[in-house]
Amino acid sequence: MDLHDFPALFQQKIDSETKIEPLDWMPDAYRKTLIRQISQHAHSEVVGMLPEGNWISRAPSLKRKAILIAKVQDEAGHGLYLYSSCETLGTSREATINDLHSGKAKYSSIFNYPTLTWADMGAIGWLVDGAAILNQVMLCRTSYGPYARAMVRICKEESFHQRQGFDILYTLSKGTDEQKAMCQDAINRWWWPSLMMFGPKDSESNNTDQSMKWKIKRKTNDELRQQFVDMCAEQVKVLNMTLPDQELKWNTETQHYDFGEINWDEFWNVVKGNGPCNKERLDARRKAHDEGEWVREAAKAYAKKRAGKNKHIAA
Amino acid sequence: MNKNSEINTNNKNTFLTDYCLHLADNSLILAQRNSAWCGHGPILEQDIAITNISLDILGQARNFYQYTAEILNSSKNNSSAAVTEVTEDSLAFLRDNREFKNCLLVEQENGDWGKTILRQFLFSNYQYLLYLQLQNSADEKLAAIATKAIKEVTYHLKWSSEWVIRLGDGTEESHQRITQSIHELWPFTEEIFINAKYENELTEDKIAVDVSVLKDAWYKKTAAIFAEATLTIPENVFAQKGGKHGAHTEKLGYILAEMQFMQRAYPGCIW
Repeated sequence: MDLHDFPALFQQKIDSETKIEPLDWMPDAYRKTLIRQISQHAHSEVVGMLPEGNWISRAPSLKRKAILIAKVQDEAGHGLYLYSSCETLGTSREATINDLHSGKAKYSSIFNYPTLTWADMGAIGWLVDGAAILNQVMLCRTSYGPYARAMVRICKEESFHQRQGFDILYTLSKGTDEQKAMCQDAINRWWWPSLMMFGPKDSESNNTDQSMKWKIKRKTNDELRQQFVDMCAEQVKVLNMTLPDQELKWNTETQHYDFGEINWDEFWNVVKGNGPCNKERLDARRKAHDEGEWVREAAKAYAKKRAGKNKHIAA
Repeated sequence: MNKNSEINTNNKNTFLTDYCLHLADNSLILAQRNSAWCGHGPILEQDIAITNISLDILGQARNFYQYTAEILNSSKNNSSAAVTEVTEDSLAFLRDNREFKNCLLVEQENGDWGKTILRQFLFSNYQYLLYLQLQNSADEKLAAIATKAIKEVTYHLKWSSEWVIRLGDGTEESHQRITQSIHELWPFTEEIFINAKYENELTEDKIAVDVSVLKDAWYKKTAAIFAEATLTIPENVFAQKGGKHGAHTEKLGYILAEMQFMQRAYPGCIW
């Protein structure tokens, strides 16, 4: 086969829904796009542990504490699967993590918002995990095999996360006036940042076209965002709460909810590092990594000594 | 029931609930401490491991609290006064410093990774021996909780032993760091093996484990792991005690202030 046939063969595989596997030929740009996207996703899981981890020590009941710990631990597990998927593309976990710490790699901007009250645990589960799920369900069918398979596992756990979030808010919505106010306040603060999670509008998104062609993505940012709005606009009624958008209205013609304009200045500001917690989140990750250095060194040194001893015994 | 035997039953119940609270508080306070590592561990795999241990012992604490609540509620039902129901949450979040019966070891600060895993090793080593015997308790509930928990604790002990060895016999820095932690934590180990009144009162009926007899096995295991880790057991250390009957270090107050915040700030709510 001629070398120039590889790209055609690759696209043929994509078009016929055959998964691309680590040893298959792939265009450099496909590999790069995947590394960028999967590592960004992995970092989001790991940085995402911080805002919720912030409430583990203050969870209001033992049951909620146990659920929250299990949930945040799941996120760490998701980070692990995703770093492993990333490694199948030829980039080490260490290098990937270094890119996060140097600020080169991004993570989901949503985690740069602070968790101020207990109700935020509910809002994150319902809205943030809810938004993530729509994206991830789509990614279960993504064209790169290891990424798709990691997503299948992750999705199962994420749907539990979303339910527990909604359950926290539901309990608050049936509680005292203070609890109800706490619930509405959290929804108000997390709604718009959650809509931003789907990324820029299709008209402004540089990566969407190519990613659709490669079937890395199967729905556009705007399609997923609309799906999310339609879903939440109904679910919020169960809570007897409102979404903070005056323009939110059912449109009989489109059979979708119309909604107001996202504050794109805020979006780009947070992406650029000016969100309320960008510095804190990155500092916390760097601190954990730096303070763990001597531990990793010791583990390495010990493993080396052991290997030496075993060799000695074998000889 | 004549009056004397009624008083006797009440006393026995108080000893039993105190004992359950002691076991529960040990696990809860250590779970609270360990869970602070979640998201901040030195390696992602170990972040998951310490968080998982936290979750396991929190589960044990919940079992002991639920059993305590059951006993307290049923004894209250026997009296005519209307009282609010005791729950696992009222026990964890609405008791103050002096009512907590955990040993001092578990409330000590996390420090670095070495101090945390050393505290876990010292505690799991004890908890393993304790649950091994508590499985045979004359109290069926306690026996059942211990039987369930021993599987978890076996892993905690293995995991923390491996880390003590790795850090002790790792680099010069890790050896120094963990040696420092041994000196900081050793004074809090003696207390574990001194029976509190509630333990003494319940050992005769084979409900509680006589902790004084666990000490030799605990020491032997600790010495073996330390030897493999090239670490030394400190000698002639003055023992700090008091936690098991409510006299704590200053650290517990801050743990409770944080842990109990929601229940104190918003009393009587359902979460």
